[in-house]
Amino acid sequence: MEMENTPASKLSLARVGVAMSESPAESAKASVSTPTETFPVKVEIRNVGFYYGRSHALKNINMVLRDRRVTAFIGPSGCGKSTLLRIFNRVYELYPHQVATGEVLVDGQNILAPGVDLNHLRAKIGMVFQRPTPFPMSIYDNIAFGIRLYEKLPKSELNDRVESALQRAALWSEVKDKLYQSGLGLSGGQQQRLCIARAIAVRPEILLLDEPASALDPISTQRIEELIAELKPDYCIAIVTHNMQQAARCSDYTAFMYLGELVEFDETERMFTHPKEKQTNDYITGRFG
Amino acid sequence: MPAEHIVKSYDEELTRLGNVIVEMGGLAESQLSSAIDAVAKRDSTLAASVVEADAQVDELQRELDNLAIRLLALRQPVAQDLREIFAATKIAADLERICDYAANVAKRSIALAQTPPIQPVHALPRMGTLALALVKDVIDAYVERNADKALEVWRRDEELDEMYSSLFREFLTYMMEDPRNIGACTHLLFMAKNIERIGDHATNIAEDLYYLVHGTPLTEVRPKGDKSSLEVVAPDRTAR
Repeated sequence: MEMENTPASKLSLARVGVAMSESPAESAKASVSTPTETFPVKVEIRNVGFYYGRSHALKNINMVLRDRRVTAFIGPSGCGKSTLLRIFNRVYELYPHQVATGEVLVDGQNILAPGVDLNHLRAKIGMVFQRPTPFPMSIYDNIAFGIRLYEKLPKSELNDRVESALQRAALWSEVKDKLYQSGLGLSGGQQQRLCIARAIAVRPEILLLDEPASALDPISTQRIEELIAELKPDYCIAIVTHNMQQAARCSDYTAFMYLGELVEFDETERMFTHPKEKQTNDYITGRFG
Repeated sequence: MPAEHIVKSYDEELTRLGNVIVEMGGLAESQLSSAIDAVAKRDSTLAASVVEADAQVDELQRELDNLAIRLLALRQPVAQDLREIFAATKIAADLERICDYAANVAKRSIALAQTPPIQPVHALPRMGTLALALVKDVIDAYVERNADKALEVWRRDEELDEMYSSLFREFLTYMMEDPRNIGACTHLLFMAKNIERIGDHATNIAEDLYYLVHGTPLTEVRPKGDKSSLEVVAPDRTAR
């Protein structure tokens, strides 16, 4: 065709080239989140139930968490989403009369089985809670504490690990000059990032975030969300949130739970554009009375 | 509409959005119907009123756009609500365009009324009536959120296309028979094309409604009956 040789068409072709090469980061992101590409299953939840004494808090939950993906759990208070998260590292066992049934396979191994080394499990699966829970010690020791539990490292190596954890948690630049001051002196948002740094310092594979931003202001919340995006390529992340927009923004998969049951579990994009279940639609559009 | 929102004002805003669409749809119907009447009855006063009333639709579309932008910014809609708002803005744009075409038909009818009446003018109202039915049905389907009904409209547009194709040939014949028909026939040809395009916009609305209801786009290939773009004029054979 003649058109191909006109200067105008050359110009627009050149523009296409620029548009395509200008944002390599963007296109890389886009290719990662294509729904056809599947990430390996990290956690498989099979027929999981949970009892607080006689109360049946979770009923027959079946789903998977994929590696290097973020899975969000949404649902009204008391629907069982935090309970489910607490099963993943067996933190519920610290309380009496709490019983989990079914299987949770992490890399194929059932972590609910007797004989599982809980210290090892909890190092592999880090958890961050709704309210920041820094230890009453220095910023440095908050991070080093966990590492020392599992590993004996020379001082210089320990320093490196503390620094890299704080770097990953996007906190380093803010605290590098006051590492030996108390962690309690940090702002709420900083404390929460300190807790995330503490969780990742022991090199877990799975991160459980139980409403990590609900006690934070919008800017700190965005920092946490950005942090989640940055950590995603290296972890399997599960996040419980009351903020549906947050689930929409930072997760790849979303699970909607209601009254202890998993109502719908799908790609986040689908859940927020055309969920299959009416209950999901009603909840996320604010029609749940 | 399904269950109500916990926040009542959200429902009110969404209802207003739907009402504006219905209002625009009603205007589109009456504009088209008057434009066709103006052609059939050679009524230039009616035609002028259609041209004038077009501003009302534009005003409604602006209102709808403002409402939609406001809802998107303040409510962060998702799922069904998001689809409602997205579909409404698209449908409003189609309705606005339909009204533009109706006004255009009306405008040309004023010029046409100044030329002597010619035979094929009677075919135009027939086409107009079918287009009107498509617009009416697709608006009814919107009110009922009825995707099946929308699909019917979507398929029926083929009939309008075929009518246009045959009118196109008819106009050509008239023009070749007597060059004095060319002025009127050219106007008629544009009017027929406008009406044919109205049908296409009705199918767009049908597609938007399908998406609104099902959450997935309609991916079938629409049957098309307009073959006029392939028509070849051979004056040597016909003009004798």
